[in-house]
Amino acid sequence: MSIAPRFLDAGEAALVVEYGLHIDPAIHDRVMALDASLAAKSVRGIRETVPTFRSLMIHYDPLTLDRASLVKIVESLDATPAPAARKRWIVPCCYDPAFGEDLGHIAKEKGLTVEKVVQLHAGATYRAYMYGFAPGFCYLGGAPKELTLSRRTTPRPPTLSQVIMIADGMSIITTISMPTGWWLVGRTPERFFSRNRNPAFLAEAGDQITFEPIDRATYDALDARAEKGEVVARSESLS
Amino acid sequence: MTSLKILTAGPGVTLQDHGRDGYLRYGVTAAGAMDRLAHAAANLALDNEAGAVAIEISLGGIEVAAEGGALSLAVAGGGFEVLLDGVKLPGWVRLELAPGSKLTIRAGVGGAWTYLAVAGQIDLPPFLNSLSTHTRSALGGLEGRGLAAGDILPIAGAKAQAGAPERLLTPWLQRPTDVIRAVLGPQDDYFSEDQIEVFRQGPWTVSPRSDRMAFRLDGPRLTHARGFHIISDGIAMGSIQVPGDGQPLALMADRQSTGGYPKIATIIAPDVGRLAQLRPNQAFRFKTVSVDDAVAARRADAEALAAPMETEPVIRREFPSEFLLSVNLIGGATAG
Repeated sequence: MSIAPRFLDAGEAALVVEYGLHIDPAIHDRVMALDASLAAKSVRGIRETVPTFRSLMIHYDPLTLDRASLVKIVESLDATPAPAARKRWIVPCCYDPAFGEDLGHIAKEKGLTVEKVVQLHAGATYRAYMYGFAPGFCYLGGAPKELTLSRRTTPRPPTLSQVIMIADGMSIITTISMPTGWWLVGRTPERFFSRNRNPAFLAEAGDQITFEPIDRATYDALDARAEKGEVVARSESLS
Repeated sequence: MTSLKILTAGPGVTLQDHGRDGYLRYGVTAAGAMDRLAHAAANLALDNEAGAVAIEISLGGIEVAAEGGALSLAVAGGGFEVLLDGVKLPGWVRLELAPGSKLTIRAGVGGAWTYLAVAGQIDLPPFLNSLSTHTRSALGGLEGRGLAAGDILPIAGAKAQAGAPERLLTPWLQRPTDVIRAVLGPQDDYFSEDQIEVFRQGPWTVSPRSDRMAFRLDGPRLTHARGFHIISDGIAMGSIQVPGDGQPLALMADRQSTGGYPKIATIIAPDVGRLAQLRPNQAFRFKTVSVDDAVAARRADAEALAAPMETEPVIRREFPSEFLLSVNLIGGATAG
């Protein structure tokens, strides 16, 4: 039996349906289930939905769809079982020290070899929880417990784009250059956002992500293809 | 093709439309106009779609000219100065810009943004169904950047039916800004009742360190009842986030799609534009209202926009010296 969601207003045109206060696959399953059910129902007055770790933000036009009706619709859908992840993405990742700048630090902190750190990171299955911060900037859950590390106390200078970073039991795939408190483990030639490609975005929130280690030469070859708009990550259907 | 040429543009002058709707779930900032009501008014004065792309003008101002044919234009927003070949026009106006003429729009008595709409369509390729410019991610508009001197905006379906300048009679754009209305939440439970009262009373001013992404609010420091980190959730336009230092940030058009600080309240959509028009020295306080009250205010705005726009001919009261010289009214007095 799952507890009822909380309905929180973000003004008169956005409703937050909150399923919990934590990062938890079971909570996220409910968020994604509601997202999928609302999309399937195509409710007049819903402008867009934004799945996050623990809640679904529903942007709506209150002159078309009033709050009480929206809450009623959500409550009627809430019992719908969660869909399985639709896709698994196998994302090439180069753990070369030139990209995985912090592998040595992580290994030292955790009493592991660099090879073991890579093996652990590449051996895990991740969940794309949500996008945020910048286009295609993807937050992943499911990092191995052995690699849990707090963020840096002060941010480091800007990274390259398309880097894979870890901190606090999470991983992220970036799409932009930025200063960060996270730890760099590698870089993918794949673009999770590319303005020259249709579709511009790759994975959906809720999809599974795994990393496939590649060497530097393979990285360079795939990067050149990705730059031209090709999708270089592989995907398989899970349904 | 008829086009609008940018002669000069201050910083922060960008193309904006209804916003890049539908992609928040991929982390894409919606952008769009800071003052939606004024933006819509400028478009509707020309029978454009309310959400059509227009030029959002910051206090930096702009000067433009028409090339290849006359253009029908409308200006609405803050109390900016509008001059056609040096002749002062009302700040909310519809006019025809003929080739060889120059339209100047610059900061005036009040307000922070005004909108210049063009009859027809600014003919640039949209990205993700929108021409709104988000400079931080270099998306939309013209090459993802602010407009600059020398830029040429091609106009498809240009019309020049305006004739003599006409003042836009849009009293509903004259909005009070001493009280900004907000709905509490989504994380008002991170604050005690007395801090919510401090939030209401302020008084607040908009910090000069504000931009299209966020308005920092100067005033009392707010304290959190239960920490200042939340697991990231969605952000609506106008939500007021309170980070660890207690200085609230009103999240505006260029806000990120999600964030990890508690949001004490969300400014109702009709009042986000009012806040956007404030300058740093103007004090205001918040009034918390119900969702029903907010919807009623939203409906009133929608009704104002839906009514036919009234205009009146501009009666020229001020004559600049260049104009007087050109008609030779004072030539006799100055000729030796």
